Amino acid sequence: MTQASSSSSFSQDSTKAGGAHVAQTLAQKIIAKAAGVSSVRVGEVLNCAVDLAMFHDSSGPRRLEPMLRELDAKIWDPQKVVLVMDHYVPERDEDSKKILKITRDVAQQWKLPHVIDSQGICHVVLPERGHLKPGMFCVGGDSHSPTGGAFGCYMFGIGATEMLGVVVTGQIWIQVPRTIEMHWTGRLARGLMAKDMMLHMIAQRGLNGGEYQAIEFTGPTIQALSMRERMTLSNLSAEMGAQAGLVAADQVTLEYLREVGVQEKLLEGFEVWSSDMNSIQERHVFSASELAPQVAAPHSPANTKSVGAYSDVAVDIAYIGACTGAKLDDLRAAAEVLKGQRIHAGTRLMVAPASAKDQRIAQEEGVMQVLIDAGAQILPNSCGACAGYGASFEENMTVISSTARNFKARMGPASVQVYLGSPYTVAASAIRGKITDVREMLS
Amino acid sequence: MSTHRPTSPPDEAMSLEQTPSSRVWSLGAQIDTDALAPGAYMKFDLPTIAKHALEGVRADFALKVKPGDVIAAGEGFGVGSSREQAAGVLVHLGLKAVIAPSYSGLFFRNAFNLGLLLLTCPRAQELKEGQQIKVMGSRVWLDEHQELPCEPIPEFLMEMVRLKGLVNVLKLRKK
Repeated sequence: MTQASSSSSFSQDSTKAGGAHVAQTLAQKIIAKAAGVSSVRVGEVLNCAVDLAMFHDSSGPRRLEPMLRELDAKIWDPQKVVLVMDHYVPERDEDSKKILKITRDVAQQWKLPHVIDSQGICHVVLPERGHLKPGMFCVGGDSHSPTGGAFGCYMFGIGATEMLGVVVTGQIWIQVPRTIEMHWTGRLARGLMAKDMMLHMIAQRGLNGGEYQAIEFTGPTIQALSMRERMTLSNLSAEMGAQAGLVAADQVTLEYLREVGVQEKLLEGFEVWSSDMNSIQERHVFSASELAPQVAAPHSPANTKSVGAYSDVAVDIAYIGACTGAKLDDLRAAAEVLKGQRIHAGTRLMVAPASAKDQRIAQEEGVMQVLIDAGAQILPNSCGACAGYGASFEENMTVISSTARNFKARMGPASVQVYLGSPYTVAASAIRGKITDVREMLS
Repeated sequence: MSTHRPTSPPDEAMSLEQTPSSRVWSLGAQIDTDALAPGAYMKFDLPTIAKHALEGVRADFALKVKPGDVIAAGEGFGVGSSREQAAGVLVHLGLKAVIAPSYSGLFFRNAFNLGLLLLTCPRAQELKEGQQIKVMGSRVWLDEHQELPCEPIPEFLMEMVRLKGLVNVLKLRKK
């Protein structure tokens, strides 16, 4: 059948793979390994073996179990599956109780060895438990699954039916992506974080600017970031429409992985998992030192400007939460601003630490006490208001939030106005009761 | 508009004349997953979520859409969450296809996994609200002479559309 259009998103790149060694990006190397070939071409469609599949209480058992039964099939390798309860915990009504019961019953029935129940958000607890290592090819039943890319894994989000395909066959098809390099130089000013960098990049490229390709974050600014900050970059690659958001492993990565108990022998040869010289197809250069705090106005993360553009916006709620914006570094940032301060009388500050572990460390450091003393209400370690599945905001509220998405009607009724910023910006705005440039408070 | 007619017989059993017309629902760019499947209803089953599909964008959509209709939209259709109910509601409501210049990659995969045809068409927004078109296989016809060019779709994805989703593909493979 002849086709009317000659341009195709499935057409293959002209790069020839015939030579002895074809320069490969980090993404290509991981995909090649998973596909069992020595190198891959951009645009090629391949079947890959999955090293790890993660799903949660919303996308997982309640959707997978009936389909598995219908197929009369079993999980290909329970050792490679991680189940996390984070979306509907803690149970707040009969419906969420039912979903959690199904999830817990199925976890037993399938004899899943890796179940993380009510300990934090999947993208944060997964690396915390040492499940991710450089070079792995992973899928997650959640759109923020690119978070795993911070550990040099090729990890991407898929829907429940596609997850069924993975848990039955252990395989998934992929079209080899181009790699778009985001190269950052210079030092972030005090009061700026990975969140600001990422909002800036999303504003510049748009919500689908990642074109479902792979992003790789490089440069001295990235190397200076902690693992949790790198996770914020990879996490928000989803908001740019990229399939994956990678950071090549370095000493910072190894230090984190050793701390969470990954065996030394599993980290040998990690240097392989980086992009070859001249392998990357597209490069964008950014300067961290020139960046101001970034704020995304309703109703899109791409609707971002420097904080000054919104300095007159009064806020009812300041929210620090989610896999994007409530990890240890985020809690520390908020405390840095809130130390010895009280929040504005007309503003509520809510903090939902992204994991029990990060909350415990913050507790030991005195960070949680600073937040409580400033007037913060501490919420459970779950997705909370970010997913809008359970607790959400009331009509007509204006919110400044450290989360990932401010789509209309995501975090509450359509009348809710959500602005996105870093935890620094959220904390500073909580004190003044309006969107505030945190740099004015940190001098 | 290009004016050539199919030179080879279509791979579908039906001819263009026999293919029923589809009504166009014209939507804007960046229609997100939270608009397609609002979070507040995510704990419910698909028929319930489907009643609220796109209610924030087009209040009358779920009520008036008919099986066989198509959506024509702008860039970035389906951006946002991995929730496949965003594609599931359109299958449930009987949409024959979505036609847009680009899609969220995650939504693209979810749609085909559920057997929903997504046609990538740079000129999708030339389609007008209420217009009658014909979708045959992976091709769009404005009338019996004019085709609206869409990008080709790999055979394994068309197979998923024909079999109405990955679950049926897996069933077939098991046999």
